[in-house]
Amino acid sequence: MAEQTMKLKQELTEKLKSVSDAIQLDQVRVEYLGKNGLITGLLKGMKDLSIEEKKTFGQEVNELKNEAAEMIANKGEELKNAEILKEINSMPEFDVSSPAKLDRGSYHPITLVQRQCEKIFKSMGFTVEDYSEVVSDYECFESLNIPKHHPARDMQDTYYLENGQLLKSQTSAAQNAIYKKYKDALINDGVPIKAIFPGRCFRNEATDACHENTFFQMEGVMVDKNISISNLIFFMKTMLSEVFQKDIKVRLRPGFFPFVEPGFELDISCLICGGDGCPSCKHSGWLELCPCGMIHPEVLKAGGIDPEEYTGFAFGLGLTRLAMMKYGVKDIRDLNSGSLRSLSQFTDDE
Amino acid sequence: MFLSMNWISDFVDLTGLDKMELISRFSLSTAEVENEVFHKGSDISGIVVAEIKEVADHPDSKKLHLLKVDAGDGKLTDVVCGAPNVKVGMKTAFAKVGAKIGEIEITPRPVAGVTSYGMCCSEKEIGISDDHEGIMEILDDAPCGTALKELYAIEDIIFEVDNKSLTNRPDLWGHYGIAREFAALAGRELKPLDCVDLAKYDGLPKVDMKIEDKLCQRYSCMQVENITKTVSPVNMRIRLYYCGMRGINLLADLTNYLMLEMGQPMHAFDSRKVEKLRIKRFDKPFTFQTLDGVERNINENTLMICNDNTPVAIAGIMGGLDSEIVEDTTTLTLESATFDAVSIRKSTVRLAHRTDASMRYEKCLDPEMTVPAIARFIKLLTDIDSGVKVVSALTDEYAFKYDTVKLDFDKKFVDRYTGIQISNECIVDTLKSLGFEVKLSGDDFSVTVPSWRATKDVTIKADIIEEITRIYGYDNFEINTADAPLYPVRADLEKTVEDKVKDILVKRYSLHELHSYVWAYYDEYKALGIEVEDNIKLVNATNPNIETIRKSIIPTQLCQVKYNTAFAPDFGVFEVGRVVNGVNADNLCDERKMLAVTLFSKTKSVEALYLELRDMLAVVADDIKHEELSFERIEATHSYQHLKNLNKIYCGEVAIGEMGVVHPVVSKKIDKKAAIVYAEIDMATFAEIKNASISYSGPSRYPEMEIDLSFVCDMYAPIGNAIKAENCDLIKNVSVVDTYTDENGKSITVRLVFSHPERTLTKEEAMAVVESIVARLETVGVSMKK
Repeated sequence: MAEQTMKLKQELTEKLKSVSDAIQLDQVRVEYLGKNGLITGLLKGMKDLSIEEKKTFGQEVNELKNEAAEMIANKGEELKNAEILKEINSMPEFDVSSPAKLDRGSYHPITLVQRQCEKIFKSMGFTVEDYSEVVSDYECFESLNIPKHHPARDMQDTYYLENGQLLKSQTSAAQNAIYKKYKDALINDGVPIKAIFPGRCFRNEATDACHENTFFQMEGVMVDKNISISNLIFFMKTMLSEVFQKDIKVRLRPGFFPFVEPGFELDISCLICGGDGCPSCKHSGWLELCPCGMIHPEVLKAGGIDPEEYTGFAFGLGLTRLAMMKYGVKDIRDLNSGSLRSLSQFTDDE
Repeated sequence: MFLSMNWISDFVDLTGLDKMELISRFSLSTAEVENEVFHKGSDISGIVVAEIKEVADHPDSKKLHLLKVDAGDGKLTDVVCGAPNVKVGMKTAFAKVGAKIGEIEITPRPVAGVTSYGMCCSEKEIGISDDHEGIMEILDDAPCGTALKELYAIEDIIFEVDNKSLTNRPDLWGHYGIAREFAALAGRELKPLDCVDLAKYDGLPKVDMKIEDKLCQRYSCMQVENITKTVSPVNMRIRLYYCGMRGINLLADLTNYLMLEMGQPMHAFDSRKVEKLRIKRFDKPFTFQTLDGVERNINENTLMICNDNTPVAIAGIMGGLDSEIVEDTTTLTLESATFDAVSIRKSTVRLAHRTDASMRYEKCLDPEMTVPAIARFIKLLTDIDSGVKVVSALTDEYAFKYDTVKLDFDKKFVDRYTGIQISNECIVDTLKSLGFEVKLSGDDFSVTVPSWRATKDVTIKADIIEEITRIYGYDNFEINTADAPLYPVRADLEKTVEDKVKDILVKRYSLHELHSYVWAYYDEYKALGIEVEDNIKLVNATNPNIETIRKSIIPTQLCQVKYNTAFAPDFGVFEVGRVVNGVNADNLCDERKMLAVTLFSKTKSVEALYLELRDMLAVVADDIKHEELSFERIEATHSYQHLKNLNKIYCGEVAIGEMGVVHPVVSKKIDKKAAIVYAEIDMATFAEIKNASISYSGPSRYPEMEIDLSFVCDMYAPIGNAIKAENCDLIKNVSVVDTYTDENGKSITVRLVFSHPERTLTKEEAMAVVESIVARLETVGVSMKK
């Protein structure tokens, strides 16, 4: 009887070789292992056998059944693997060398520079204040120790509005409101005033590559009981070193601004040559960067702060100029041009 | 303003000091010096005084002469010279062989066939004037061979101070004041000015002069006659030239010299034209011819110097043509005065005529200076022309006197302001060197401000701090951080919200941030068919195209979109900027900070783009405020708005702005085919909305049930309202899964997801909710799709 099982096994082996998909495999499975399949069919000729033979043959058929089931299962596995391999092989290699599509937005360069500055000041405990663009004569001039007919008003060509208000010509216009906002905390609780106020300013002048009628500044003030010139220099040096991400040398020269006394022009060591002298600093080694000074007693008084008890410093940074320096923008008009070809280049820069 | 180191050295001995070092200290302590410093005469050598002994015509040239000159070396030298003014016996500046003039070295060289052994020089060639009409004629008595540099002060260091940095320092508009600064910086004595004692003329008659207007603070004058010299000494002319002034004649040069030396403008009248000097204004406007020949319109605010009722000069600005010194002038009246600075400044602006004199008067000159200036003038004049006779007594009316400024402070005040220790001795020395009177008792200072600093410049204690610290030197400061107490810093809400909005729009939606101007652009608006809406205007815009302030950012943004249509087929831009919504009841501008967004697409339908914008804003509201948006149809009121699909946007209950489609007329002018939609949000209103807190609920462990319902309905709003009104905790999510339109109209399929937190939901429970929703919708006329 062993020949029969052997034969059937050989047949199955042959058959499985030609099986190429799951449907054919299932047909083979039914043909051999089904209820009326070939293997079960072997048992039909068993009635003529002796008990001993029956036992042996039964065992042989069972073994064949198990072997056949395993062979079919193996074939199934083999088919699946072949399928996956086929799928793997069917995938082409992608061209990662092709240009990446950068569908990304952009920030205005002023926003970027402003955020960098704000971050530095926030880390030093300054509040960041927002202020309107339309201000009163009092805010922009009177409260800053610039009375009517003061020559300093000639320095700025201010845009006046029909109702007597004006477009602020300097961020200093926010000083008075900020003193008033924080003076109670200063006087009653001893909280020093430390604030920056970035903002858009306007000057009535013709525009060219270096001049704009609309530009951004950032003013900063610090007021407390013992704020000194020594503090001012320290602070400006520290802050500017952070802004430019390198150790900056600063020097002060006397400068005349009605809202500070003493007032200074602050120079920094040239960013290009580091102070040795080069064409961009006209061989002086220094770049004039920002006006600053000790807040004028009249300005503190106008803000409700007693100058006999408190002192403070103020400074004004040209954000527009800073952005131009930082990103190498040659024409100031690019900034308000609205040109996406120019402005879409400025992405998050922190 | 150009300054001469020689001139400064007249008043302070700087021997042995590094001049360049001093100039840079001056720049750091007093006023900004321009980078380029001129070393005058340093490139000239070998030029001597020589006498022309013989003059002969050149055989081959009509212009050239053959000279024999005596250059003091015991022989006659052959020189070829083309100057027209050569004559025998004339002394001139002669560059010998081997001499250097700038880059040129003089060598024997043939000129039209004749060898010239040297060169006779013009003043221009030597660099001491613009005169190039002939060779320099030396009138001063000097032996031949004398080096020109020994005879005249040709070598000098000239530096320029930025006028702007002197606006608050009336005392620095002349060399004497500058010398005072150098003396203080160098720690050397300032010499007194050499003047004549005017008291000796007290017996002479006074000039008939009267101030009839308070705008004249002080008027001093004096008359002199018998001036025989007309040409200024060479050294004086060199100084004037180096300082940027042209030599004219002795009197004009002297008044200029005095102005550059003391900062005091002076004027000389022909005495015949000013017999009755009156200083006043006129009631009516008239024209007046100034000495430059220009007719100028004078109005009732301009102060005039007059001969009785005839104007002869514009006070502080310029003299008149008619009263100028002329050839037959014998007696002249010298004016030295001070006027109200604001009045001079305004007149200058009105006349659009700024002069060296008015520039100084604008700065509030010290009235104490008028008399010393006359005394100095007469000293210089009589030194040059010894025959000059003073024919009047000093006539001086001092109508307005500044108060003496006295300031008291103590060492503690200085310490607190400076943050460093500066000794009492150093404070006293510094202030004294600058002309302050100082009394020190213990640590208490009592300071009297000198008159030249007391007109407006030094008025308060803080001004004294500047004087002390600038001379001390800011570079010498030890720098220290402030020891201020620490307090938490609260971020400004509006700014925080603004930053978040920008981040979402840039990072999630790839929009581009732009800036535009705060005013309407007439031309660009017109090109797009956008009306410039009436709003508050600028009164002094130089460009009339930009005089109206914008009410909305959208029109300026659409102009920018137009400019960028070729940038990409699809793009979006935004700006956070200001607009003005007219004026409020107090006549103050209603300024608003707005977010404006515009989307442009050549590939999407206007509906898809509009809904994309809606989703964008919904994400902004959800992310920043955890609030939902709702919309309300409104009517168009602006020329750029499409009449349809204009919606007011609510965040929660608060109206925050609007969104719409751009009017087809405008849209087509931007791009014929593109879809353009926009939104504008009031940032302050949005920022103020309370942030709804996050309400967390853990995910249910029990299965969810999805039920899809189709309604025949044009809009989702009633369906959404019905579901919301059900206020059912079991509904976990609602979404629109399909919309389609057939002969029965539009239908919307909504998928509701139900689940119960604590058990498996039964179909009956969910259906009860569904039925209730359906019933609600029936009442508003919305039925289920059959």
